[in-house]
Amino acid sequence: MTDRSEMFDRLKGLIEPFNKKGIEVGEATTFAGDLEWDSLTVMDFVAEVEDSFDIIISMNLQAEIENVGQLVDAVTKLTAA
Amino acid sequence: MTDLFSKFDALIAQREGLLATGVKDPFSLVMEEVKSPTVAVVNGKETILLGTYNYMGMTFDDDVIAAGKQALDEFGAGTTGSRVLNGTFQGHKECEDALKEFYGMDHAMVFSTGYQANLGIISTIAGKGDYIILDIDSHASIYDGCKMGDAEIVAFRHNDVEALEKRLKRLPADAGKLVVLEGVYSMLGDVAPLKEMIRVSKEAGAMILVDEAHSMGFIGENGRGVAEEQGVLDDVDFVIGTFSKSVGTVGGFCVSNHPKFEIMRLVCRPYVFTASLPPSVVACSAASIRKLMHNGNKRAHLWENSKNLHQGLRDLGFQLGTPNAQSAIIAVIMPDLEKGAAMWAALLENGLYVNLARPPATPAGMTLLRCSLCAEHTSDQVADILDRFARAGKAVGII
Repeated sequence: MTDRSEMFDRLKGLIEPFNKKGIEVGEATTFAGDLEWDSLTVMDFVAEVEDSFDIIISMNLQAEIENVGQLVDAVTKLTAA
Repeated sequence: MTDLFSKFDALIAQREGLLATGVKDPFSLVMEEVKSPTVAVVNGKETILLGTYNYMGMTFDDDVIAAGKQALDEFGAGTTGSRVLNGTFQGHKECEDALKEFYGMDHAMVFSTGYQANLGIISTIAGKGDYIILDIDSHASIYDGCKMGDAEIVAFRHNDVEALEKRLKRLPADAGKLVVLEGVYSMLGDVAPLKEMIRVSKEAGAMILVDEAHSMGFIGENGRGVAEEQGVLDDVDFVIGTFSKSVGTVGGFCVSNHPKFEIMRLVCRPYVFTASLPPSVVACSAASIRKLMHNGNKRAHLWENSKNLHQGLRDLGFQLGTPNAQSAIIAVIMPDLEKGAAMWAALLENGLYVNLARPPATPAGMTLLRCSLCAEHTSDQVADILDRFARAGKAVGII
């Protein structure tokens, strides 16, 4: 699935500036656990993603997104709409 | 059995670690005597109060106290009922009339606390399919109102007009939208650019709610808040406020010109399913609100206090939350929680009480010593406060 891997690569690129620990980012990487992002980092990152794709990721939706794979799914869905 | 309290283990450990360093528990302080809006006895020691939000010093106003005593005698200790059943007394109507007059608005609704006012109004007016757009640094009561309702929640960067505008433009044009703003943000004491924010919100067809908890009574020509100061009060659909700051009692309210506003009394659960404020509290509040309408001199003195404290602390070398005094809150930024707690304790030993604020209540994980000034602080007291900050700051090694 090329579309999915393209989306993953794009999001991984957006994650990198916030990946202060320099960990290997995969689909199962979690934002709170593995990347150790606090709420402020999450907000900055969400704003980046929103502006890059011209979408809104509501806080209701954010609460359901724990790992990178789930973010790929959510952004794919939001940009398809 | 899973211990339901195990989720608090990290916090319990952090607290025990802090107390082990020898500082007194900052979150279990007792005011043994309260002598005036600016002085209390704490740990047997006379202490200047610089963290009470008692901006206008109305807690000991003679007229306010007399009104409360009379209501206590005439109407009793409590109402024992909901506003929509047996809990609306003459005093509640008079309090709402005072608010309507204070703001020059058609409708006023008094809640039992400011927290419930935000909880109730926000959760009720924004429903399923609607959007609430809020500043990321919004007060807990705003977030809890969002959580209690069924709307989609969209956050934007603190006080960033462009971020707000972008998000509004991405929302469905025909969806119901409520933009929630605060006049003064209580952690850093900074003021919102309401004029620009309200303009972009109106252009996007949103309704606007502004919480003026920390500005009522002294910002704006008539003390109506930041929206009045910036000339945009007429564009605000709902103003939320509290009695527990400038008014000097307890309670919350919403004022509005919306023609259908009165229906809120039947559909707003935090209004319906709780007992109304005691008669003495609404009587004190009404008397205080009426006095706050004509308080130009006190407002001027409060501003002078705020500017002097800001300048003085900056001159001493403290890092502050705002580049200039924007409200009656001056936030002193601490290097970390441990130093902050030590500084807080050192100030208390020097006879000065301020608020210790820490994450998650604070933005950006900051530890703050939050100072709130009172119109009843004398210029001598402000000088004294600065002196105590200098001594404590040197003792703890922050300056």
